[in-house]
Amino acid sequence: MRRYSGFALVREAMRGHKGWGQQWSSPEPKKEYDVIIVGAGGHGLATAYYLAKEHGITNIAVLEKGWLGGGNTGRNTTIIRSNYLYDESAGLYDHAVKLWENLSQDLNYNVMYSPRGVMMLAHNVHDVQVFKRHIHANRLNGVDNEWLTPEAAKEYCPPLNISQSARYPVMGAALQRRGGTARHDAVAWGYARAASDRGVHVIQNCEVTGVRRGGNGQVTGVETSRGFIGAKKVGVVAAGHTSVIMEMADVRMPLESFPLQALVSEPVKPCFPCVVMSNTVHAYISQSDKGELVIGAGTDQYTSYSQTGGLHIIQHTLDAICEMFPMFTRMKMLRSWGGIVDVTPDRSPIIAKTPVSGLYVNCGWGTGGFKATPGSGHVFAHTIANDNPHRINTAYTIERFNSGRLIDEAAAAAVAH
Amino acid sequence: MSSAGEHRIAGVGRLTPANPVRFTFDGKAYSGLQGDTIASALIASGVHLVGRSFKYHRPRGILSDGPEEPNALVGVRRDAARATPNVRATVQEIYDGLNAVSQNRWPSLSFDVGAVNDIASPLFSAGFYYKTFMWPKVAWEHVYEPFIRNAAGLGQAPTEPDPDHYAAQYAHCDVLVIGGGVAGLSAALAAAESGARVILCDERAAFGGALRFEAEARLDGKPGYDWAQDAAATLAAMDNVRILSRTTAFGYYAQNFVGLAERVTEHLAAPAADAPRERLWQVRAGRVIIAAGAIERHMVFANNDRPGIMLASAARTFLNHHGVAVGRKVGVYTANDSAYAAAIDLKKAGIDIPAIVDVRDNPQGSAIDEARAFGIRVLTGHAVTGTGGKLRVASMIVEPNKGGAAEIIPVDALIMSAGWTPSVHMFSQSRGKVAWDAATERFLPGTYAQDCVSIGACNGTDRLEESVSEAIAAGESAAKATRKRAKKSKVKIAVEGGGDWTGSMLGAGPNGANGKVIKAFVDFQNDVTAKDIRLAVQEGMHSIEHVKRFTTNGMATDQGKLSNLHGLAIAAEALGREIPKVGLTTFRAPYTPTTFGAIVGHARGELFDPARHTPMHESEVAAGAVFEDVGPWKRAWYYPRAGEDMHAAVNRECRTVREVAGMFDATTLGKIEVVGPDAAEFLNLIYTNPFLKLGVGRLRYGIMCREDGFIYDDGVVGRMAEDRFHVTTTTGGAPRVLQHMEDYLQTEFPHMKVWLTSTTEQWAVIAVQGPKAREIIEPFVEGIDLSNEAFPHMSVREGTFCGVPTRLFRMSFTGETGFEINVPADYGRQVWEKVYERGKSMGMCLYGTETMHVLRAEKGYIIVGQDTDGTVTPYDAGLGWAVGKNKTDFVGIRGLKRPDLVADGRRQLVGLKVKDGKTVLEEGAQIVADPNQPVPMKMIGWVSSSYWSENCGRPIALALVEGGFERMGRTLYVPMPDRAIEVEVTGTVFFDEEGGRING
Repeated sequence: MRRYSGFALVREAMRGHKGWGQQWSSPEPKKEYDVIIVGAGGHGLATAYYLAKEHGITNIAVLEKGWLGGGNTGRNTTIIRSNYLYDESAGLYDHAVKLWENLSQDLNYNVMYSPRGVMMLAHNVHDVQVFKRHIHANRLNGVDNEWLTPEAAKEYCPPLNISQSARYPVMGAALQRRGGTARHDAVAWGYARAASDRGVHVIQNCEVTGVRRGGNGQVTGVETSRGFIGAKKVGVVAAGHTSVIMEMADVRMPLESFPLQALVSEPVKPCFPCVVMSNTVHAYISQSDKGELVIGAGTDQYTSYSQTGGLHIIQHTLDAICEMFPMFTRMKMLRSWGGIVDVTPDRSPIIAKTPVSGLYVNCGWGTGGFKATPGSGHVFAHTIANDNPHRINTAYTIERFNSGRLIDEAAAAAVAH
Repeated sequence: MSSAGEHRIAGVGRLTPANPVRFTFDGKAYSGLQGDTIASALIASGVHLVGRSFKYHRPRGILSDGPEEPNALVGVRRDAARATPNVRATVQEIYDGLNAVSQNRWPSLSFDVGAVNDIASPLFSAGFYYKTFMWPKVAWEHVYEPFIRNAAGLGQAPTEPDPDHYAAQYAHCDVLVIGGGVAGLSAALAAAESGARVILCDERAAFGGALRFEAEARLDGKPGYDWAQDAAATLAAMDNVRILSRTTAFGYYAQNFVGLAERVTEHLAAPAADAPRERLWQVRAGRVIIAAGAIERHMVFANNDRPGIMLASAARTFLNHHGVAVGRKVGVYTANDSAYAAAIDLKKAGIDIPAIVDVRDNPQGSAIDEARAFGIRVLTGHAVTGTGGKLRVASMIVEPNKGGAAEIIPVDALIMSAGWTPSVHMFSQSRGKVAWDAATERFLPGTYAQDCVSIGACNGTDRLEESVSEAIAAGESAAKATRKRAKKSKVKIAVEGGGDWTGSMLGAGPNGANGKVIKAFVDFQNDVTAKDIRLAVQEGMHSIEHVKRFTTNGMATDQGKLSNLHGLAIAAEALGREIPKVGLTTFRAPYTPTTFGAIVGHARGELFDPARHTPMHESEVAAGAVFEDVGPWKRAWYYPRAGEDMHAAVNRECRTVREVAGMFDATTLGKIEVVGPDAAEFLNLIYTNPFLKLGVGRLRYGIMCREDGFIYDDGVVGRMAEDRFHVTTTTGGAPRVLQHMEDYLQTEFPHMKVWLTSTTEQWAVIAVQGPKAREIIEPFVEGIDLSNEAFPHMSVREGTFCGVPTRLFRMSFTGETGFEINVPADYGRQVWEKVYERGKSMGMCLYGTETMHVLRAEKGYIIVGQDTDGTVTPYDAGLGWAVGKNKTDFVGIRGLKRPDLVADGRRQLVGLKVKDGKTVLEEGAQIVADPNQPVPMKMIGWVSSSYWSENCGRPIALALVEGGFERMGRTLYVPMPDRAIEVEVTGTVFFDEEGGRING
């Protein structure tokens, strides 16, 4: 792999950039692999990368129905934070944040991780109670998260409206300074390049149409739009379509899929320094390096596989944005889009073995999977390589919905991920 | 020479010299004419340099005359609070006093320091930022990223709240016509005369579309543009038609739901104070007719971005509509006949056309012959391979395609056309699938997904005559499809003239962008060159979506209207694949950037999310209440008297309720009337408690779970009759509990005869609690025996209260003798005032939600959502008694049997006694067994409720603690940042443990 650096860039600039090779190869599928990952989003590619890097397994194919990074990896609002309530969540998401901190260097790809701070606004007494609970739990778990008064929140984010006459006045905020954003496409591409460099086959335009199992029930490979491909182990990381793939292996998943929308404004000069989330008024917002305001909207009310959504959802979101930031009404929406999010009953993911031998699944990230990408791939790789979960994802089983051992961040937090 | 610009040609164009308009650009005064855009007025004054590009800060001019403009974006500022960034100079009409400024340059437009990026541009190849800025690590956050952010972005975001307002309107119609050019107008006429209700919208100030520049066409014997104005006037006069100019159809959603944004006052010098700035139309149409036209493409060649280089159709509009010549010596570079028409019109107006450079080897057609007849030098089989000039194009370099000497031709403007791209945006947004037409090299509407039809140029119908007949047929058939008694319209339109243009070029021109030439722009605003796209393919970006994201081609504010097809063609060529095999990126709403304010409309300030007030609200305000937000409600939080802070007020209220009595507004609690022969059976399934044997006139505290077995909501249920129940819910839970019940009724228990009605707003509820409660209400009650024997705790009776019908509940959330008086909401305030008047004289106080919380905590009553969090079972909360032991079914019964829900070590609700007797714990604080362990600590619980209890004389707290019931009397710790607070685990009842007061 050609290393990226400022020096390499200068050298290439002088010869018309002729020396840059393909960031990842586009090989024909082999007959068989040790591991097949279904889904070349951030989580799937990260899984392949860590399998190769940490577990020495390089005979891997990552199969992608469309183009790599084209699902929720390339459609989310790129918020990164780890101030979750439960020990299991804090462990998983903070593991991810620690990997984020060195990811550009690890992958030799600038993923633009920007710890600009994630501020969550409290608008009523209940919010205050909930956020304080998070802050106390985070402190005892070694995760940074601090309470800000409305004035301190305004100082951290000057455009914020903290007027007491607002419909839902800001009563304070929880701030995680290590939280922030990253460049979503670069995450997919960086992992694809680094995995490809270690021998992983990233195979795009290859749709999985069936899961083949041997006499003992063990997985033997997958049927695809490009023929059968054998595998000793198969890891499914297909986000909104996970339940469709798992159904092929007769595993019914506790998932519902919803359209989730987001939008950006036209680019403007820097005017918004951090990430702000408000669950009570339903909005989150940050500004990209390019200058666009990046705004997350809510999910539709009904399940669907359609990567689009209604105007009223966008309206509700912009109502909230303009209520909190009344100077933005003259900004213009440049582009809006939708993705399909897979949601579990407790709003926490599943990263686990399955009842089928050799079949593993990583899904259920709901509206907040991007932030976990490195950590999710890292522990899922461990799970596949060892046929046993990593300490960090032990609790993220499918069986928890039968046993009742939930990790119910949504219920506990009443905060969108 | 005209005062409205030295490039204004007398006798040409449709604007009236008698209507001059004065405006400023970057502080300098200019004048134009009524009907000018900023762009046309600046060109009239010889100004072409209006902006700087995004990445290289290259000088940029005016490329187009419409909303597809990528370069000429300016800031328009009415006052400090009315500053709008990124306004298209080609769309914004001028008005007297308009103040426009250029963007993305420092210190000035003509001298921009950022232009050093252009010199260093070899470094800034596509995606360069992914390859560098990684060392040293900390520098990204503190050096590189701030630098990139400051360099990027276009205009300045407003910094003050917007004083303008925005309107919203919903509309239904039979036929929505998008686009008011020839096709749209004809279709609208046909549909309207057939009797359909029609809405016609067009994004421009005036109808006519291409007729603005197409000077030759005649319709019904009139010049095309005049016909369009007459047609619009005819339509405007019809009762069944609404026509909207300056209105962009920006989004096409499911079931023919289309969003339109109307710019109401942006073109006015002094808008009326009550006029909205913009208006959002949300239209549901029986059928949509898309007549969106086509957009001319630029040619891709080296240095094709200098100010003065523009689309041929734009130059033609500036001339034929605005009477403005874009230069005095205008070069032409084309692959399409339409540029010839522009050259001929300019030539006729006396402008020098040094050469038409046609990349085609042997173009045929009347336009070419005519150009030659005018004596214009036509160079076929040639290409423009470069341009000279700095802040304005000064020359074009022309080379034969087959090789040979280059010729440098001086020009002061260069117009170009690579052909026309049908606007399939709205069709695509409707989820229709486009199809590639290889013969004409364009994507056209293919498979339709909704009830819509494309006509005219956006459908690939090129000839004017065909467009008109297609439009009339579409209009008539739309009327027939959507209107029962549609008549056949008599619309007939005679057509003469109109261009018959062919020729197309996709991708980079000959010699363009090859080898050493690196600045052949595909996407002007984002500075994406042909070479960038090839580099993306070279680096493995083989999906068009990857090419787009890696190069940012098509991601600028014009969303690829000019660049997408060129980029696609270049990528396809580099990949060695056919264009349709490479595929298109998805067309997404909005069609053009849409103002947040228009989408938000009235939903600002008080109307953002209207607050709900109880009938007694004004009385509470008068009594000095401080309010808190609970869901959508404003609830009285506490009632401070002079000199009291919250703490003092709550202490007084708490004491008074237990010593005398207090009155509390409980109206916000959800209320559902559950009626029907199966009502008892239904509630028996919804709640964990048994309900079948609840007697008429009795109340029961009920808990409901979801299937998972965790507490979902709670409330008191009264049996009003055998088949009628009065159910109460938590304030926040009211809507979702009704939905929960409806959901089960419709999906799980559809056989049951039960009806659910929300009655939350029908009843005002006044709680009177305390030792003197009975004495206070007694005189107002008729028809109900209030004695303990006749009306014991947890009963309900109907009668009258202050002469008003009441459902009187004997119940308590304080542990005191208590009544909740339900009266029809309209009487709430009068009853409240009456009771207060009497109660006050007896020493009663008003109390708010905070006191309610403290009093209930003193009794260990839970608040769902505070002492439970969706992970707490009735058993965890110490409410196992509320689960019917003999019930074989209820929602959650299976969930409650899951292994983890019956395992040891669950978090259980207990009381906490703070050892020092004075520290009030922080709600949300965590609990540990060993305060000295290292981080991460093992947390075994958390404080859910915590208050100073004036009645107990010490702090009280409720907490969920692992195995809490087994830890009674044990010492635990609450670690705070500065110290660990010692607590003892206790029961949850802190006051009147025997519970005798409730029956007083």
